[in-house]
Amino acid sequence: PKVCIIGSGPAGFYTAQHLIKACQDVEVDIYERLPVPFGLVRFGVAPDHPEVKNVINTFTQTAKHSRCSFYGNVNVGKDVTVGELQGAYHAVVLSYGAEGNRRMGVPGEDLPGVYSAKDFVGWYNGLPSCRELKPDLSCETAVILGQGNVALDVARILLSPSDILKKTDIAQPALEALAESRVRKVLIVGRRGPMQVACTIKELREMVNLPGTRPEMVTADFEGVSEALKDVPRPRKRLTDLLLKTALDAPGDKELERRRNAAKVWGFLFYRSPTEILADPGCSRTAGIRLAVNRLEGSGDAARAVLTGEVEDVSCGLVISSIGYKSLPIDPAVPFDSRRAVVPNSVGRVHQAAGLYCSGWLKTGPTGVIATTMNNSFDTARSLLEDMDSGALDVSAAKPGSQAVSSLLEERGVKPVTFSDWEKIDSLETRRGEARGKPREKLLSVEEMLKAART
Amino acid sequence: MQGSGFKSLATVKSGNKHNRKRVGLYLKSVFCLLLLSFLTSRVNVVYIDRSGERIPVKAKVGDNVLYLAHKHGIDLEGEGACEASLACSTCHVYVNSAHLDKLPEPEEREDDMLDMAPMLQENSRLGCQIILTPDLDGIELTLPKVTRNFYVDGHVPKPH
Repeated sequence: PKVCIIGSGPAGFYTAQHLIKACQDVEVDIYERLPVPFGLVRFGVAPDHPEVKNVINTFTQTAKHSRCSFYGNVNVGKDVTVGELQGAYHAVVLSYGAEGNRRMGVPGEDLPGVYSAKDFVGWYNGLPSCRELKPDLSCETAVILGQGNVALDVARILLSPSDILKKTDIAQPALEALAESRVRKVLIVGRRGPMQVACTIKELREMVNLPGTRPEMVTADFEGVSEALKDVPRPRKRLTDLLLKTALDAPGDKELERRRNAAKVWGFLFYRSPTEILADPGCSRTAGIRLAVNRLEGSGDAARAVLTGEVEDVSCGLVISSIGYKSLPIDPAVPFDSRRAVVPNSVGRVHQAAGLYCSGWLKTGPTGVIATTMNNSFDTARSLLEDMDSGALDVSAAKPGSQAVSSLLEERGVKPVTFSDWEKIDSLETRRGEARGKPREKLLSVEEMLKAART
Repeated sequence: MQGSGFKSLATVKSGNKHNRKRVGLYLKSVFCLLLLSFLTSRVNVVYIDRSGERIPVKAKVGDNVLYLAHKHGIDLEGEGACEASLACSTCHVYVNSAHLDKLPEPEEREDDMLDMAPMLQENSRLGCQIILTPDLDGIELTLPKVTRNFYVDGHVPKPH
């Protein structure tokens, strides 16, 4: 049986891996819009988290398996439709993730100086479509909306010493811009309280230990928090303990000295929601943000932020909204739930669409780490295999697979990038990186990538 | 064999000829025992895989529990995503109570990653951090069942 997977991030690769392992005669073709594979592992994981990217080795093994083929530089929805792919394959798995972002929906959101975390992260990770972002880092204060791991990544990259960043695979223009940055204070804002932060302890610890920085938080925000910790599960307890310690405890001599010498400040701001981005009169650049003050109703994960009517203005020149990625529809033939921004499905089987499956963030929404996506993708692969076994998925008739798709693409003047073509790009990036003491120097445009692929 | 070396050392340290002989013999046999125990330092491990099957494995002192599982084809899929660098929790295992306390305390970084593992229990550890020692002989490692219903629509969002 021939299976087509759309998207070459963790979802695509883990789905492929499971299918190939579980069934000896399944052939899998992975289509990717960019010339380069790996999705958010390449463009989302922070440059100073190289160990998280070790999964690329597993994905590379899968891509080089005799029953797997990679086709980069193919835009599904434009170069070839999902319908045409369904004609060529027994099953199609949608694994193209979440390339959009949730909007704050407030006035001033489109002012210069306001960016989505998706774009900011794309910019420092060398995503070609974010190349021209050129964020203005000449202001003193940056405000980040959202308190998840992406928000902490952004804060950490904004405040990390250049000496650390220059040894990573961060995009060169971003490294240069950050070296000149005048940002000295980063506020990480959340609607609810300390017990609702969505980040995890590893990332919080990295902020607490970030060289050249000191934490500054509002003591009153932590009232009642340590009492509430008694019956809380271990992960939330450890995380909140660290937060309490950082915000409230008097530091020892060594830490006190370190904080005194720190030129940069970061802190969480709780119980605040953005209502407007403010510009100086007569000037169209971000000058501040208006925040509504909330109180909490309920507790734990289900706690709700309720407006009190008070507002507060914070001066800042940079606003980064980190309130969630969001999936976008790529082909009208694919069912899409626009309210939840996912493809409607049950355990990866797309509703009312035989032969269509989905895995990763497109299936469950844009939350979870790579390991979460891995399990999610294995589940989808299992559903597909079950359907093959039961006959719910008809694999009796032969299908042309990539042969048919390659003909279509050739007719349309689209030349796919193979995995060995990617290896030429990979090799060039690694060599260029060596010259600079970086693990790789990423190519920043599709044109450069294609040029390297065709050598 | 280092016998003669030990013997001369013993000679320097004791005066009495009878004692010299005894100490020399003692040192020789200690050395033999150490060598023997190293060569035969087998550690018996039992893996209990996700379907509940018990898989006994003969391992050696110094073996890493994650790579040992890989070597024996135990639930290869998905484990060790970060290649033992404490950047994921895919090698999460439950350790049987008899051996749990024989393991060294987890370092903070391991505890931080364990916090991310689904179905965390008191006896949870990361397999990539367990190195076999002689007193872990008989250890039983259970792989957590990751249920199909874990990611059904409506599941509480996890941080990312």
